[in-house]
Amino acid sequence: MSDDLTRTSRRKFLAGAAGLSAASLAAGGAVLPARAENAKNLPPNVADWTKQLGEGVGTRAYGQPSKFEKDAVRRTVPWLTATPESSVSFTPLHALDGIITPNGLCFERHHSGIAEVDPADYRLMLHGMVDKPLIFTLDELKRLPRVNKIHFLECAANSGMEWRGAQLNGVQYTHGMVHCVQYTGVPLKLLLEQAGVQPKAKWIMAEGGDAAAMNRSIPLAKALDDCIVAYRSNGEMLRPEQGYPVRLVVPGWEGNVWVKWLRRIKVGDQPWFTREETSKYTDLLEDGKARQFTFVMDAKSVITAPSPQTPVKQKGFNIVSGLAWSGRGKIIRVDVSLDGGRNWKPARIDGPVFDKACVRFYTEFDWQGEELLLQSRAMDETGYVQPSKDALRKIRGVNSIYHNNGIQTWALKADGEVENVEVG
Amino acid sequence: MSKWVKAIRHPEVLGRRPSLEGRRPGSQRPFILRGPLRGHLRMMVLLTALFIGGLAAPALAQTKTTPRLYGIGRAATADQIAGWDIDVRPDGQGAPAGKGSVKEGEKVYNERCAACHGEFGESAGRWPQLAQGKGTLASHDPVKTVGSYFAHLSSVFDYIRRAMPFGDAQSLSNDELYAVTAYVLNLNDIVDDKFVLSRKTWGQVKMPNQGGFYDDDREKTEKAFWNSRPCMKDCRPPVKITGHAQAVDVTPDDKDKKGGVE
Repeated sequence: MSDDLTRTSRRKFLAGAAGLSAASLAAGGAVLPARAENAKNLPPNVADWTKQLGEGVGTRAYGQPSKFEKDAVRRTVPWLTATPESSVSFTPLHALDGIITPNGLCFERHHSGIAEVDPADYRLMLHGMVDKPLIFTLDELKRLPRVNKIHFLECAANSGMEWRGAQLNGVQYTHGMVHCVQYTGVPLKLLLEQAGVQPKAKWIMAEGGDAAAMNRSIPLAKALDDCIVAYRSNGEMLRPEQGYPVRLVVPGWEGNVWVKWLRRIKVGDQPWFTREETSKYTDLLEDGKARQFTFVMDAKSVITAPSPQTPVKQKGFNIVSGLAWSGRGKIIRVDVSLDGGRNWKPARIDGPVFDKACVRFYTEFDWQGEELLLQSRAMDETGYVQPSKDALRKIRGVNSIYHNNGIQTWALKADGEVENVEVG
Repeated sequence: MSKWVKAIRHPEVLGRRPSLEGRRPGSQRPFILRGPLRGHLRMMVLLTALFIGGLAAPALAQTKTTPRLYGIGRAATADQIAGWDIDVRPDGQGAPAGKGSVKEGEKVYNERCAACHGEFGESAGRWPQLAQGKGTLASHDPVKTVGSYFAHLSSVFDYIRRAMPFGDAQSLSNDELYAVTAYVLNLNDIVDDKFVLSRKTWGQVKMPNQGGFYDDDREKTEKAFWNSRPCMKDCRPPVKITGHAQAVDVTPDDKDKKGGVE
């Protein structure tokens, strides 16, 4: 994500704060209307689909979601970037549940568009401070022992537009640069062992085969710990948007180092200080100095429903549903507040809890139309607790763009609408 | 005739770090040995152990296993590597042969770069700004450019070499690459009009913000965020809404109106 993105947004933010008419009551991004009912299909009548044959097998060689699920799509914020080839699209978190993101809905971040790599011409080169430089074909990678791991991937700039205050009205836009899938691939350690890493090596550089040839330095210790050279996502081959045929998986670390269309790994004794790890993906603090190599994504959570794109439709029993994740290990607890962080209650985590993966949490509440300020707060196994936005700003100021894991507040209003708000 | 092999016994493929499984919440020592530091610390411990020798050495020997070689993959030839080995480090390692002057660079820049980045690096539209911005990093509106923010010449050179011009990557000759980099430096008053960039002059370039960065220190400066007993009740005074996303009004709209409470 580029600085231009937040600079543009800042301008818009200031313009808005200066008193742009708040006329757009319908604002709130991508909420679809409840579909009109058709009495012909409702009891006691017999629905059309109960009487007629449907399409036969094979008409949907690769199945698609129901035509009624048009809301569950990636969306963009066109004013963020200069061009769609170097831009981002957002995961529709409001339309999903559980912990696994469907492949076609995983957010995209490309620097020079989607490379379309012919698998026959795919090569992975491994060289530098190794005893034996190697080249692998895709088939060769697939012959090696493989692992299956579920991990989240979050862009370091996720929530980056919210540093100066509530700005984008939808969880898809505030938090949609995260996804969580099951990867299949070869442990990077195993590949490095095939080449023989020399004793003085301390870093690796991963490089993409796209027209940005995206490159990042990664400490060798991480490469030997849990990185995966992955070719499958949720069982099928990676999507082109996610680096087909091969991407690097760097569990718990910022998405930018998960190099897509991976073509080369070079082993060295110091970092490369590439453009992406110096002029971008460094965190500028208030004193004008910047943190570099801030790889780990701190614990974070967000309520995905209710949220601006999924308002509350009925009074009475309702469910808060959300996602939590941490780059430092497992999520052990998520708390939910209905009053803007004054009082908290542990939520129920449902489904599997994996290392450096998303977890799903729920809290049930009875709603009679009162205004609520919904928040969630994640804790991981290292004891790290997701901080408030103000606590983060106190240390980092508002210019750092990246690594905003502050607590999100949604205001649930009397009419069931939900808005992204800032609280103080 | 095929036979069973022990491939499945590779330690990476047998579930890893079983000690993490089932760890009790809060039983972990707070963050000191986790994150990027952990690897370094572990390595330091191992190295110390090596130096001390004696008791520590056998322990190390026990943890080290001989990696299994699968005989899969081919040797990369020098020729193959040369075609892809384009990265350049701050010390100039990896910089190709060639040279280019500010003057030659101006021509390349105006033809290949100015349409997006502006005639003087000021940016056309929302494309990255390359020049100016000095003294803004601590301000409300920091402008990050080659002159104001980049800490290393190699970050500029390596990036242009691999990714620019946008849409026509890796099309510049090495001389053009040196020249256009020199010109961008000149736009930022880092080198004078007569400067010629090459491997020989690489070390003469001093980037204004080279001392502007330090390594991730969150585990120290944000230590307060590790708190195994966060407040649960009456944690703050009554909460006021201080900002509304709808007032900012920059969220993309869907045309359809939503429904409220039924």
